Amino acid sequence: MNISIKLFAGFRQNRFKMEEREIPENSTIIDVLNQLGINEPELGVAMIDGRHVTTDHVLQTGVTISLFPKVGGG
Amino acid sequence: MNKILRINMSELTSKIETAPEQWAGLGGRGLTSTIVAAEVPPRCHPLGPNNKLVFAPGLLTGTPAAQSGRLSAGAKSPLTGTIKESNAGGTAAQQLARMDIKAIIIEGIPAEDKWYRLHITLDGVSFEPADDLVGKQNFAVIDAMIDAFGPKIGVLSIGVPGELRMAAANISVKDPDQKIRSHGRGGLGAVMGSKKIKCITIDDTGAGKVPIADPDKFRAAAKVFAKALLDHPVSGEGLPIYGTNILINILNEAGGLPTKNFRYGQCDHHEKISGETMHETIVSRGGKHKHGCHAGCIIQCSQVYVDESGAYITSGFEYETIWGLGANAMIEDLDDIARCDHLMDDIGIDSIEGAVLLATAMEAGVIPWGDGKECQRVLRDEIGKGTPLGRILGNGTGFVGRAYGLVRVPVVKNQGIPAYDPRSVKGIGITYATSTMGADHTAGYTIATNILKVGGYIDPLAKDGQVELSRNLQIATAAVDSTGMCVFIAFPALDIPESFTALIDLLNATYGLNLTADDVTELGKTILKVEHDFNTAAGFGPADDRLPEFFNYEPVPPHNVVWDFTDKEIDEFWNF
Ligand code: SF4
Repeated sequence: MNISIKLFAGFRQNRFKMEEREIPENSTIIDVLNQLGINEPELGVAMIDGRHVTTDHVLQTGVTISLFPKVGGG
Repeated sequence: MNKILRINMSELTSKIETAPEQWAGLGGRGLTSTIVAAEVPPRCHPLGPNNKLVFAPGLLTGTPAAQSGRLSAGAKSPLTGTIKESNAGGTAAQQLARMDIKAIIIEGIPAEDKWYRLHITLDGVSFEPADDLVGKQNFAVIDAMIDAFGPKIGVLSIGVPGELRMAAANISVKDPDQKIRSHGRGGLGAVMGSKKIKCITIDDTGAGKVPIADPDKFRAAAKVFAKALLDHPVSGEGLPIYGTNILINILNEAGGLPTKNFRYGQCDHHEKISGETMHETIVSRGGKHKHGCHAGCIIQCSQVYVDESGAYITSGFEYETIWGLGANAMIEDLDDIARCDHLMDDIGIDSIEGAVLLATAMEAGVIPWGDGKECQRVLRDEIGKGTPLGRILGNGTGFVGRAYGLVRVPVVKNQGIPAYDPRSVKGIGITYATSTMGADHTAGYTIATNILKVGGYIDPLAKDGQVELSRNLQIATAAVDSTGMCVFIAFPALDIPESFTALIDLLNATYGLNLTADDVTELGKTILKVEHDFNTAAGFGPADDRLPEFFNYEPVPPHNVVWDFTDKEIDEFWNF
């Protein structure tokens, strides 16, 4: 199935800002991280449609996921 | 530290007092708020003779502990009418601490219509005429002081809006690079202006080191503390690389980035004003992406933003300013935003209030939406010169709203609401509503837990747990604001328990105390209650702990949510 991935901050280095990817049915956020070569502890926040999701979240076809490393400000 | 420097502007006299015993364990915000509560009549006019302007370095300021060089300024605020504390970097805090000055209390107002520069040395205070500085903006004042006294002189100054007692005026503090950090929020520059003080210069020649009771214990704790700062991904990596502006994209994704004066929660041109774009721009133009606001900062969230030729535009270019001008006022060009930031430093107005009031002026039709050039003109030639329009704008967001008959006016206790939409990030709404300071995100930064998943996670769109989250953070922040530490130590402190223990060890080693974590929490609670009592005596009640009504009936996209806390739920906050 097809999903879109948006990357932010340091995750963009040597990768991309936004891409469409073909992934197997029932993939989770962890599977996507693995595909991208990102270690799970590096992940700060994953969001779908502006909602936080956990790494075991099972992805539906057509979704856009946004992945952020651990960042902050204030 | 136990000297209190009391300066009387009515009589043009000063004296050194010994701090009373009950002030011994206080510094920074804890001390400024305690002094204001003890000595300022809550119902006094903030610009009148009975208000006092208090400066206090933190409990750890002047020691080698990382991040400890912040200065607190306090008074009754002319913007909010509440008690106010605003802290800033720069060099003055560490100079005062080394001079053994625990606090400066400035009281009274000169009888004559004459401006002064206060010159503070180990010998005391001299009251110098400031006629040659009046009418100058901050960078010109700082340059003149460097010419007169050399680059090491400490400077606190106000620009023309401060002279004219505008409620958005701030107090500028010279930083180690001869640039500016600010006691931004709450109009403290107007209080300084009301006392006819254009500038304070600090010459610490002859000052020694801050004494440390147990140097070995201090060194050990300082090491653990610094290691935690560098190990935590936010303080060790995220902040130095991207600065605070990394938040633009994450708030945009979360639907909490207030856009076009709080109409929307997402901004189409977010990428142009994002931390990622800013980082690339700074690096490609040869600016500095990391930079500290005071000696001893190892996080270095600040940066030096330069133009295409590599020439300085601004530093300390913060998320809240970039959000306010970029998303909320719809200015798409980061260079224009940087120039506005520089102008706000120069004329001396709070860059959050300034950004929010410019968007409100756009709502009013005074400035076209997104017109960064016109914003620069308005800052420089209207607010900066005190024209009639400039005075309407320079008195803050709430004043602009009333002047133009607007309804969508984002203020709490008349202070402009910063960069996080309270409808879609509900914890921060509780902080805005209940903070003793008016709308202030730093008072209890729930974004950490609501959005960034630091210190756990509480769903930003649900009401559950938000009051408790905000309360715990406001208590902890009040305590941290008393140490002289910058607020970003909270990121490691929320996630790495040893770093919080190390902070307490630093206090104990410096003063020979045996404080526990519970004592620190108690300190935070006491400070909040002292501030809240002052506000109550000044006439504030639960009905003031509310967000503007439009948040109740205007749903904010993309989540299409409104502010839905009941009064009773909000008032639970003070139940501790
Ligand atoms: S991290 Fe930022 S705000 Fe904190 S002390 Fe350093 S430069 Fe100043």
